[in-house]
Amino acid sequence: MSQLFSKKNKEVFSSPLSMNNPITVQVLGICSALAVTAKLEPAIVMGLSVAVIVAFANVIISLLRNTIPNRIRIIVQLVVVAALVTIVSEILKAYAYDVSVQLSVYVGLIITNCILMGRLEAFAMANAPWESFLDGLGNGLGYAKILVIVAFFREILGSGSLLGFRIIPQAVYEWGYINNGLMLMPPMALIICACIIWYQRSKNKVLQEK
Amino acid sequence: MNTNSNSYTIIYASVMVVIVAFVLAFTSASLKSTQNKNVELDKMKQILHALNVDTKDQDAEKVYKQYVKADQIMNAAGEVVAETGGFKIEMKSELAKPLEKRQLPLYLCEVEGKTKYVLPLYGAGLWGPIWGYVGLNDDKNSVFGVYFSHQGETPGLGAEISTADFQKQFSGKQVLKDGVVALGVEKNGKVTEPNYQVDGISGGTITSKGVDAMLKSCLGQYDKFLTTNNKGGK
Repeated sequence: MSQLFSKKNKEVFSSPLSMNNPITVQVLGICSALAVTAKLEPAIVMGLSVAVIVAFANVIISLLRNTIPNRIRIIVQLVVVAALVTIVSEILKAYAYDVSVQLSVYVGLIITNCILMGRLEAFAMANAPWESFLDGLGNGLGYAKILVIVAFFREILGSGSLLGFRIIPQAVYEWGYINNGLMLMPPMALIICACIIWYQRSKNKVLQEK
Repeated sequence: MNTNSNSYTIIYASVMVVIVAFVLAFTSASLKSTQNKNVELDKMKQILHALNVDTKDQDAEKVYKQYVKADQIMNAAGEVVAETGGFKIEMKSELAKPLEKRQLPLYLCEVEGKTKYVLPLYGAGLWGPIWGYVGLNDDKNSVFGVYFSHQGETPGLGAEISTADFQKQFSGKQVLKDGVVALGVEKNGKVTEPNYQVDGISGGTITSKGVDAMLKSCLGQYDKFLTTNNKGGK
């Protein structure tokens, strides 16, 4: 048991959450970060779906890593990811229909999310299943974390609500406050992402380029 | 074992594909009925939305039965060919047929003791299909409520057709002018006939035009039905 949660494994899990975050440090998976973060709910579902898919795709690829023919390894990775994404999408359609309608094409686009292929190629092809699982989960949650932060600001400033519930009271609107429609546009997600990167780099000297 | 040989690679790929196909087919088959149920519930919610009735997820079916009295099928000549079964009809496949052969669903509804008609819409936006429902009052000419949705219009621009702000503009508008569908969407600020037209979405011109074309073509199919006993139809 102690081996399962050794210092190295803990680091594999926790480093993608902050110091090696896939979005703010590796700058992967930006496209979906723009697309699904106008509202908090789809961002949470998207983040969790990606976390689950990366974790399991990592485990499967890690189990297969010694049998995969080197020449078709990318194809094998893609098939595993595509199959998992299709299954998740089918499950969402059956049990969370509203959310699947909101996410529409973006669930399918998880397949092309650079984080997935990046982790499979860089980590799962060379590490044991348990480490790969932690790495996948860590990266997925690191991705989800940024998505949720971005969606939080976009929804509260753009729509005045959180998870669909009105947060900014009607009285404030009567004084002349207007929702910032620009926040609902995709470019604002990039600007918020950039602010997070700025904040993170100013706090962590290690991340600053010389 | 040599994992780089040609035969190993080919066998590996074949086996993998068969396994994956089997897993996916199994998932799809076992979830199919739940998914179809969701699609049906969603359609009920959309129809209710055109009647200005909002529903929470679970009770949609009950509320639907309460308001929608019949889902008739009509032909282009305005004759009712079946009293029920309109709900099962997909507008997309009907629009592909010649007008005489189409089966047109007509939902007979009752809101607060008054008869309402709900007609389905289906058309093209900028990136993909758009669809909706129009609820008409018992004079068959004034709009009671509408519902529009889309598959992938641009958020904040074309996607605004699914917002309440855009849809509430329609209530009270007239459909027919001299027997022709005049209800439509005009460029924002360019409305010349406020009784028939609503403001389009700035920046969502192609989607707005798509809604306009969809209203004209889909409601046009029902002209025989709409012009019977209708003051605007003369």
